[in-house]
Amino acid sequence: MTQPAPDAHASDTPVAFPQARSCPFSPPESYARMRERPGPTRAVIPSGKEPWLLTGFTDVRTALSHPASSSDARHPAFPALGDGEQQVAAELRPFIRMDPPDHTRVRRMLVGEFTVRRVREMRPAIEAICREQAEHLLSLPTPADLVSEYANRVSTTVICRLLGVPMEDLEFFRRITSVAGARNSTAQEVGAALGELFALIDRLIDEKAEDPGDDLISRLVNGPLAREEITRHSLLSQIGITLNAGHETTRNMIPLAALDLLRNPDQMDLLRDDPGLWPAAVDELLRHLSVADVITLRVATEDIPLESGTIPAGDGYIALLGAANHDPEAFPDPERLDLTRTQRNHVAFGYGVHQCVGQNLGRLELEVALRVLFERVPGLRLAAPLEELPQRSASTIFGLDEVPVAW
Amino acid sequence: MVRDDPGGDTSLRLSADHDVCAGAGQCVRAAPDLFDQDDDGLVLLLTSDVPPGSRAHALDAVDLCPSGAIAIRSRPPAPPGP
Repeated sequence: MTQPAPDAHASDTPVAFPQARSCPFSPPESYARMRERPGPTRAVIPSGKEPWLLTGFTDVRTALSHPASSSDARHPAFPALGDGEQQVAAELRPFIRMDPPDHTRVRRMLVGEFTVRRVREMRPAIEAICREQAEHLLSLPTPADLVSEYANRVSTTVICRLLGVPMEDLEFFRRITSVAGARNSTAQEVGAALGELFALIDRLIDEKAEDPGDDLISRLVNGPLAREEITRHSLLSQIGITLNAGHETTRNMIPLAALDLLRNPDQMDLLRDDPGLWPAAVDELLRHLSVADVITLRVATEDIPLESGTIPAGDGYIALLGAANHDPEAFPDPERLDLTRTQRNHVAFGYGVHQCVGQNLGRLELEVALRVLFERVPGLRLAAPLEELPQRSASTIFGLDEVPVAW
Repeated sequence: MVRDDPGGDTSLRLSADHDVCAGAGQCVRAAPDLFDQDDDGLVLLLTSDVPPGSRAHALDAVDLCPSGAIAIRSRPPAPPGP
């Protein structure tokens, strides 16, 4: 079943990438058109590089789980969407931009912290954080911003408590991560923000070596670092990426997911009638919104054969998670939010050995944050026209900058 | 295709590869009756014989595993008796 190779399109003009969403609840409309053509689509990104875009569910999963799929940002063809991002990733080597066996070694220092069981034990603490932040929201005059006054406060508090970042450093952390996560930040700006973040983590490493607490940084410092299984420089990077990835995705998902449910009252009714549907609802919201759409930047170190063609060795590619999650062959009527879908194999957390290490925490946080929000603020409603909400289009993780709400 | 059930009459056997496991915990979510994670987050097989009532869960776990650490196969027929 040989399909046309991607060079069937090589003479076509590459599509400019990344593209903006016309609706915050769906990936860019152009993905559907790309998916209709056989083979990967050639794109041109701001750096001038021309990676392939993958848009089919099967192609995305096949490519991301292929052993020749490299995440190493030092490769010349690595398709970083911002210059800052490429330079920083190549220097710092966060484990999301590493290949096995280095990646495996670092990832295994972390996976034990995020098991299904460990995350389940965090539920009461996350519920308490969400209730506290819902009270904070309710104490404000309306309209209030759901992003900064609820979602960001929940996500930063949860990840900082898990890692052991003291509460007095929270505001500082919230400020620097907003710079480091923005795609339009220059290499210099990202570097300065990361410098500040690293100074904070560096100080915490010393403090936790002296006086360990019941937190992730303490365990890494007194385990792998003390045993010299990881350098201090690498540990700083790994803690930095865990902090960042752990809060930005959740911060962006909570307001989007809340709005997605509000605009689908029939789906909200299902949840009211059967709260047991919440875990499935969270997975459907993750699929539907796919905020980490463009995180999966890769290079093919050998030819990667796909259902629809081949990614040639040496070429960069982006396996579009939102496109895969809206592939009608995998998810019938993909634009519809349907909490009763039985398929759970969406790729909102990626696929392959890099699939999100904190996904179990992410699911729980999202469930609790939404349940508490709708319980405590039952009259929640959007207080601005949807089309006027500013998109965080310059961020690697999709989200809305501001979501004014009333109740 | 892993999602194709080999058929209701065939016994299924699971195997899990610790070295390949990425610790995502998807198998535990899909089939908590068949899988667990050890303290390091890696796959623990609770039973290699899939009970008839857990076939769908087992196939889901194989499909959801992001790293290909779980394999499923039909149990070879019992050797003929004497």
